[in-house]
Amino acid sequence: MPQDVFAPWLDPDANPIIQFKNVTKKFGDFAAVDDLTIDIYEREFFALLGPSGCGKTTMMRMLAGFEAPTEGHILLSGQDMAPVPPNKRAVNMMFQSYALFPHLSVWNNIAFGLRRNGLPKDEIAARVDEMLRLTRLEKFARRKPHQISGGQRQRVALARSLAKAPKLLLLDEPLGALDKKLRQETQFELMDIQEKTGTTFVIVTHDQEEAMTVASRVAVMDHGKIVQVATPPDIYETPNSTYVADFIGDVNLIEGKAGAMDGDKLAISWGEGLADIIGTPHTNFDKGQTVYFAIRPEKVTITHDKPANPIAFRGKVLDIAYLGNLSTYHVELPNGQIIKAQTANNRRISRRGFTWEDKVWVSWTDTAGVLLEN
Amino acid sequence: MRRLILIAVPYIWLLALFLVPFIIVLKIALSDAWLAIPPYVPTLDISAGWAGFKDFLSGLDFENFIFLTEDDLYWKAYLSSLKIAAISTLFTLLVGYPIAYGMAKAPDEWRPTLLMLVILPFWTSFLIRVYSWMGILSQEGYLNQTLMSLGLISEPLIILNTNAAVYIGIVYTYLPFMILPIYSALEKLDASLIEAAEDLGCSRLSAFWLVTIPLSKQGIIAGCFLVFIPTIGEFVIPSLLGGSQTLMIGKVLWEEFFSNRDWPVASAVAVILLLILVIPIILFQRNEQKQREANE
Repeated sequence: MPQDVFAPWLDPDANPIIQFKNVTKKFGDFAAVDDLTIDIYEREFFALLGPSGCGKTTMMRMLAGFEAPTEGHILLSGQDMAPVPPNKRAVNMMFQSYALFPHLSVWNNIAFGLRRNGLPKDEIAARVDEMLRLTRLEKFARRKPHQISGGQRQRVALARSLAKAPKLLLLDEPLGALDKKLRQETQFELMDIQEKTGTTFVIVTHDQEEAMTVASRVAVMDHGKIVQVATPPDIYETPNSTYVADFIGDVNLIEGKAGAMDGDKLAISWGEGLADIIGTPHTNFDKGQTVYFAIRPEKVTITHDKPANPIAFRGKVLDIAYLGNLSTYHVELPNGQIIKAQTANNRRISRRGFTWEDKVWVSWTDTAGVLLEN
Repeated sequence: MRRLILIAVPYIWLLALFLVPFIIVLKIALSDAWLAIPPYVPTLDISAGWAGFKDFLSGLDFENFIFLTEDDLYWKAYLSSLKIAAISTLFTLLVGYPIAYGMAKAPDEWRPTLLMLVILPFWTSFLIRVYSWMGILSQEGYLNQTLMSLGLISEPLIILNTNAAVYIGIVYTYLPFMILPIYSALEKLDASLIEAAEDLGCSRLSAFWLVTIPLSKQGIIAGCFLVFIPTIGEFVIPSLLGGSQTLMIGKVLWEEFFSNRDWPVASAVAVILLLILVIPIILFQRNEQKQREANE
């Protein structure tokens, strides 16, 4: 019997810890969050992903209590949060700027929230020490925030927001200020800490890689609306719109017209003198309807000789982006369409055969791409 | 060599504008009053050479400083000046902090205007502004007229020529010195710190006490010293707005110089005043130093 997969969103009996019910937040005439409904479950690591200005930070600030929804309700464990001020919510937030108190030591920063609860001294000390251990900061307890590095400050902010054992932890671009290597390490640390503490995490980020790495589910937002909510593999493999396909990872988008269905296959005509693309649609397309065919570069095969695969096009290598572990080839087809094909560089450079201006074939299988309406 | 000249400039400045005048005052303080021009002896007779210099030195003594300790007017005046300075510094802080806080919280586009309004009174003469307070506070003044026409009081309040008028005058005059350093501390305060405090369980008020006040501490200290130090020696405000019972060392100093024409005693008073001020000035410099280090 394999271990149960963590997926409370598929369980109709599961009670969500957070419910957004038709929440709208307006600043003047501008709707930062627009009629948004979503459930987030206990122990989830939920990522809000989107470009700046998409309303993700506003959502988070409404959860923390710094903004009140203009319309609709936000429920935490079934209770409407509107009348509860930020200091009375079982929600803590880790700020993008970390917002560490510069006049207090690391120890006192972490103890700050516990002191507000009026806990006895020894209990506070025990909890602070536990947090210091969890975030590996024991050595820096006496330092002031300006005496430690950016990565350490980030961990102090995390320890401080976790100290009160909140039901829900909000993380606003928590890794934005770290360099790439440290960010990747910290992502795994975050996941570790989330698992150990069993806290529900909601993270706001504009970095899709970060969201994909840490989250159990990702919500892609645009203009105050959620475009798609799904697990990282689902959102990558089956985006529901060209917006999501384009936002998450790299993609080739080809516009065409739907032809006739043939079994579960659909032919898409897309360029004069070029063979139809055969795809496997998940929804119905009427004949003649506009179809967007989205295929990830790593699912496109590039070869010198004509492949056996029926979906294959002749083209010319226009550009090569060498990334070390991967290479991306930009192949120009006769109608001017550029197809990106990605291959893993599992051989040394001298053994690889493609160079600029080479005539090549690009090909893919009939289930490799996704057919989208918009 | 160029570095030496560069360093020498501020030292020469200090020597010429502080040390030399101080030595002159100290010398007069050690002399005796005399009916002459200038009204003290001994004076240095350069033409007499070395003997003249020895004569001059032997004529100097600490008589005037001893006199200051014998007559209780002087130490009472010092204590009273310290008390008035301390109380008016506290009042200035109580009035200035909310103003600075309001300015720091105001929308960005308003701030230059508000800052301007704080500095604006400096554009008219200090003396005229203090005189106009006489017009406001006197028995037939605007304040009493307004209060009586509103029916709040039936008898005019006696404010002018009391210590209350002195406090009002000092708070009014030195308010910008309190507001500006506090404002500059509060303006730098990151708003997310207050949100973080609230998020961690603080009410608005406790967030203010636990975060805003400690983080504006340097500004408060700087503002208090900037008010306290000049107020101790303040002369114009107590002599124009204060009454006969307002005892301040600045007034005593003025009377010794111009009414009694006792330059040596007046100089001794000034030297002691300077020594008293050295302590808060050093503390102020320390605070500034700490602030600079914190900003680095």
